[in-house]
Amino acid sequence: MNINTPKSLFDKLWERHEVAPGLIYIDLHLVHEVTSPQAFDGLRLAGRSVRRPDRTLATADHNTPTDGTPTAAKIKDELSRVQVETLERNCAEFGIPVYSLGSRRQGIVHVIGPELGVTQPGMTIVCGDSHTATHGAFGSLAFGIGTSEVEHVLATQCMTQNKPKSMRIRYEGELGFGVTAKDLILATIGQLGVSGMTGYAVEYAGPPIEGLSMEGRMTVCNMTIEAGGRAGMVAPDQTTFDYVIGRPAAPAEVPDDWRTLSTDEGAQFDTEFVIDASKISPMVTWGTNPGMVVQVTDTVPDPSSDQDERALDYMGLTAGTPIQEITLDRVFIGSCTNSRISDLRAAADVVRGRHVADTVYAMVVPGSQQIKAQAEEEGLDQVFRDAGFDWRVAGCSMCLGMNPDIAAEGERVASTSNRNFEGRQGRGARSHLVSPQMAAAAALEGHFVDIREWASANKQEAHV
Amino acid sequence: MRAIETITDKVSILNRDDIDTDQIIPKQFLKRVERTGFGEFLFYDWAKEPGWELPQRQILLTGRNFGCGSSREHAPWALEDYGFRAIIAPSFADIFKSNCTKIGLLPVQLAYSECELIAEAGEAQIDLANQEVRWPGGIASFEIDPEIKHRLLNGLDDIALTLAQDERIGAYESERERQGPVTTAL
Repeated sequence: MNINTPKSLFDKLWERHEVAPGLIYIDLHLVHEVTSPQAFDGLRLAGRSVRRPDRTLATADHNTPTDGTPTAAKIKDELSRVQVETLERNCAEFGIPVYSLGSRRQGIVHVIGPELGVTQPGMTIVCGDSHTATHGAFGSLAFGIGTSEVEHVLATQCMTQNKPKSMRIRYEGELGFGVTAKDLILATIGQLGVSGMTGYAVEYAGPPIEGLSMEGRMTVCNMTIEAGGRAGMVAPDQTTFDYVIGRPAAPAEVPDDWRTLSTDEGAQFDTEFVIDASKISPMVTWGTNPGMVVQVTDTVPDPSSDQDERALDYMGLTAGTPIQEITLDRVFIGSCTNSRISDLRAAADVVRGRHVADTVYAMVVPGSQQIKAQAEEEGLDQVFRDAGFDWRVAGCSMCLGMNPDIAAEGERVASTSNRNFEGRQGRGARSHLVSPQMAAAAALEGHFVDIREWASANKQEAHV
Repeated sequence: MRAIETITDKVSILNRDDIDTDQIIPKQFLKRVERTGFGEFLFYDWAKEPGWELPQRQILLTGRNFGCGSSREHAPWALEDYGFRAIIAPSFADIFKSNCTKIGLLPVQLAYSECELIAEAGEAQIDLANQEVRWPGGIASFEIDPEIKHRLLNGLDDIALTLAQDERIGAYESERERQGPVTTAL
C-alpha cells in the first residue's frame, strides 16, 4: 500500500497491531467470571502462564447479586459464589488485578474500563463478552471473544483474526428532542437487520455522532453486535480526550498520537450507509431480536415471516396494537448499554417528583460502584426511591438474568438493555428495549408513552 | 482438539433463522466452571415445546445467522457435547463461528438453495480436505480459511501455534508497543 493512500481509522488501528498476518497484538484484556474459568483451567493443564498480567484486568459482574452482598463468600446462589470465588482465585494465582464483589471499583466490565481510564484511544481491547465493542467509542478496536480465545490471549497477548471488512455509517441531520443515542442505534439495527453488519468493523461518523457525549457513543458502539458487527468505533476528538484525561490509568496530557486517529479524507470502505438522524424517533422493540423495532408512534407490525409470527406469539402481541397501549409489569434501567451516570440523570429527571404506576415494579442498577456512589452524591438514589424505584447495587443484573434479578414467565419488561431474545430476562419473559428516558416514563405511566409529548405535557425539559 | 475427518451422517434439521446463543444454551447453565456436560441443556426451553425433535446426529442443518448474540462458547460446547461435529447453515454469526473452529466443531456455509436440497436428501457427507459437501444427487463446495482448515484437519492447538511465534511477539513488544495503561499499577 502506498504510504499516501488514505486510511480509515480501522485501517490505522489494524496496521499498528499486526504482529504477523492474521495475528493481532492485544493492548488490554478484560476478564469476568463467566467466560474465564475454563480458560484458566486450560492454562494450568498446559502449564502455561499469563503473558501480560499488567495488560489484563478482571471484575465480577455477570452473576453478582445486586442486593449489596458484600463479598463473594456471602453470595447465596452456590454456583454463582463458586464462579466469583474461582475468578478471584485464578486472578491471584496468575497475578491479574481483580475488582470483585466488595471493591469500590467493581462494576460491569464495559463500564469500569472507560471509568478507570484503561480504555484509551488507539488500543486493541478484547473481552470474553460480545458487548466489548463498547470500548470502540474511544477510537479503539474492541472485539468480543469466546473462552478459547480468552485462553489464547492470556497465554500469548495476541489473537488470531483475519481483517474484517470495513463499513462506515454516516449520520446526517440532527437528533430531535427526546431522541437519544439508544434510539439512533436501535433505528440503525432496524434498518440494517440483525445480521446487517456481520463480518464488518463499523465506524460511526457524522455530526450527530460527534455531538454525542462519550456515554452516548458507548451506547451506540455497544449494540454493534446486535447487527452482527465484529467491532464498532468512533474517531476520538476533544470530547474523548476530555473524558479520558485525568482518570486513574490515563496519561496527564493528550498524546499527539491520539490526534492522528481519524479516517483520512478519501479512505475506502467496503460498504457505506448514510442515515438521516433527524428522521429517527424514540424506538421500542416489539419482537424477540433487536432488529424487530418500530417508532413509539407506530403499531405492532403485521408479521411477514414465520419468525415474525413466532415472535408475536412469544411476546403476546397482536399486529395493529399501538405501541403506546402496551402495558408493562417491570422496568429495568441498567446494563452496559445504559447504566452510566448520564443515563441515570436523564431517567431521574423524568421521574423526579412522580411515582411509579401501581402495576409496575421498577429497578435501577447502576453500572458500577463508582456510578452508584456518584449518583448517591447527587441525590439521584433518593429521586428514584421517592418515586418507588428499587435502587440496587452494580452488575449486569436483569440484562441477562444470571443473578436473582429475573422477570417471571409472561411478565412484560421495558428494559434499557441490549437484547430482547426469548427467555433472556427470564424464561417466558417479554422484553422491550428502549432508552432510559422512555423506560422511566413507561414506569410512571404503566405503558409506553412518546417521551417527546409526555415531556412537553409534563414540562420536563432538561436531559430529555 | 481431535482432528476432523470426513463426516457422514443423516442431518438433524432446525429450520429457523437468527437462532441466538441464548436459545442454544440459556444463561442459567453458564454458571458452571467446567467445559463439559452442556449437551443435556442444549435448546433447553425450545426442547420443551410440543413437537420438538432434534435427533442426536453428527450434522446439524439450520437457518441463517446461526449463533447470533452472546459470545458464550458454551453454545458450541453444548452442540458438540450433544454429538454434533459440523453445522451447515446459509450464514453464521462471527463470534460463534470463530468459537466453533476453536473446539473442532466445523461450520459449513452453503447457499440457502443448497441447504434446502440437503434437507430434502436428509443426509450429507462433509469432506473438509476437499471442501465439499456431498449428498444423494448433489454436491457443493464451501469456503474456509486455509489456516483454520489446516488446524482442524490436524487437530492442532492454536495457542501452541501462536507461541511458536514468540520471538515475533517479543519483537513487537519491544519495538512497537506503545505506552498504555498498566493495570497492575492502578
